[in-house]
Amino acid sequence: MSARNHWALPQFSLRFAQVWRRNRLVWRKLAIPSMLGNLADPLLYMFGLGYGLGRMLEDVNGMSYIAFLAAGIVCSSTMMSASFEAMYSAFSRMQMQKTWEALLNAPLTLDDVVLGELVWAASKSFLSGSAVLIVAAVLGLVPSPLALAVVPLIFLTGLAFAGLGLIMTALSPSYDFFMYYFTLCVTPMMLLCGVFFPLDQLPAAAQVAAQLLPLTHAVSLARPLVNGTVPPSWLLHIAVLAVYAIVSFYVALALTRRRLLQ
Amino acid sequence: MNAAAPLAATGLRKTYGEREVVCGVDFALRPGECFGLLGPNGAGKTTTLRLCLGLTDPDAGSITVLGEPVPRQAREARMRIGVVPQFDNLDPDFTIRENLLIFGRYFDISNAVLRARIPELLDFAGLASRADARIQTLSGGMKRRLTLARALINDPELVFLDEPTTGLDPQARHVIWERLRNLLKQGKTLLLTTHFMEEAERLCSRIAIMDHGKIIAEGEPRALIAQHIEPHVVEVYGEAAPDWADRFGRAHAERCEATGETIFCYTHDPAPLIADLDARGDLRYLHRRASLEDVFLKLTGRELRD
Ligand SMILES: Nc1ncnc2c1ncn2[C@@H]1O[C@H](COP(=O)(O)OP(=O)(O)OP(=O)(O)O)[C@@H](O)[C@H]1O
Ligand SMILES: [Mg+2]
Repeated sequence: MSARNHWALPQFSLRFAQVWRRNRLVWRKLAIPSMLGNLADPLLYMFGLGYGLGRMLEDVNGMSYIAFLAAGIVCSSTMMSASFEAMYSAFSRMQMQKTWEALLNAPLTLDDVVLGELVWAASKSFLSGSAVLIVAAVLGLVPSPLALAVVPLIFLTGLAFAGLGLIMTALSPSYDFFMYYFTLCVTPMMLLCGVFFPLDQLPAAAQVAAQLLPLTHAVSLARPLVNGTVPPSWLLHIAVLAVYAIVSFYVALALTRRRLLQ
Repeated sequence: MNAAAPLAATGLRKTYGEREVVCGVDFALRPGECFGLLGPNGAGKTTTLRLCLGLTDPDAGSITVLGEPVPRQAREARMRIGVVPQFDNLDPDFTIRENLLIFGRYFDISNAVLRARIPELLDFAGLASRADARIQTLSGGMKRRLTLARALINDPELVFLDEPTTGLDPQARHVIWERLRNLLKQGKTLLLTTHFMEEAERLCSRIAIMDHGKIIAEGEPRALIAQHIEPHVVEVYGEAAPDWADRFGRAHAERCEATGETIFCYTHDPAPLIADLDARGDLRYLHRRASLEDVFLKLTGRELRD
């Protein structure tokens, strides 16, 4: 018998839902403060920049700056929330609390655990992204019912960033490690992917680079939808996000197997 | 291989990097027994348990647990196993009761069954009055009892106990032993690792002593003592003890071992040793029957491992 192939295809079972359910139960104990905490940051950006900067600007791409910004913030807050959950929180459960170890003594496999964490992080980020969208709608910044299509998009975006976060978790020796990811990946995406200003303001090379990043595709879908138009090449953007979600999950799973199933 | 064995492992091997930490281990449990796996730190006990749970793949060998081939059907096997891990991994985000409830759900046990079973387990663990306490507020003994209760949530046929009493005070240890005897009475099979020879002697019907990844002795505790060691031990203490051993002890005992200023004399006839020690009167000594600990130390040596 040879040692386990860490790159074997995942074997899914419905037991992943128990991992999700466990995390939701913990979250429910602190739901209100957690939601408010998650909302504060994106709303500060939206109001601070939206009204402050917005006053100095003409329309951006045919909408008020705050309406322009709202769609970007929906996506960036989804990214932030999924990344935090898949890194700091999942790492706590894996490394500090040994929650995953307990799950593996029950009839769950690591495939179930990592999938459960992925879907959980995406679910949590779904709440953050949706909350920003709702606030924007209440403020009258969402003119079209087409914006409803943003709702599943938020979840897909969450899956993509949760997968990337879980890769970091599988590699991380400690919490400090996550700072690199934030500094080298998350912050540049915040600035390069069209959250705060249109992509075409960037130098050509940066525009090409931005096309490789998942947040760009989330924003490229969300902004027209919020504004009531169907995004050009929407299928491509969805495909890129889906590929990010699937590939990053697969890599995260293989790396986590290597880490824990030795 | 015995088909009815709750657990049978043959030819197990596991290598980490360059080092083989499990090197050809064979053992089988009998239904309803407590089987002890003893060995110094790093002997490979926990790795053996992990192999039997399907948490890591062996480089060679085969494992059958409750009729399921492991690791292939490890999930099915774990449905019917309880695990007390070496280090507690209770869920700090939940209360005692919630820990049992959540863990039960991992096994797809219905809420109705859990509602009936949890109060029983809380009683079993002596934690009924603390059911809503958070994990951080529990003593080491309480955590261990809760971990044991949690391992029973699926009413397992086979329970793995990796050092269940390490770090506990004597009171807590006796409570755990009592609970484990209780489980044996219910017909469950136990696989126990421990560093307490007394614990193994009290609970286990058979034990295996493991060292450097190999099982070096196996059998009933009494039989192992009879087979490997002289029945009487005279321990002699003090500065003059090594000198006494050289002049008298070694000539009148089958075997003498020294650690620092303590001499252990192993013999079938302790009378001449005791007569001489009494006559001198300047050396403290203890005469006792040989124990499993003596067997363990004889087979695995007295040097530190880590
Ligand atoms: N994942 C791993 N990677 C590398 N080495 C490991 C791994 N797990 C265990 N080992 C090594 O294998 C050896 C056996 O470890 P194991 O935990 O099985 O011993 P043990 O008998 O349970 O010891 P203890 O009584 O201290 O719990 C040790 O030397 C340990 O360092
Ligand atoms: Mg161990």
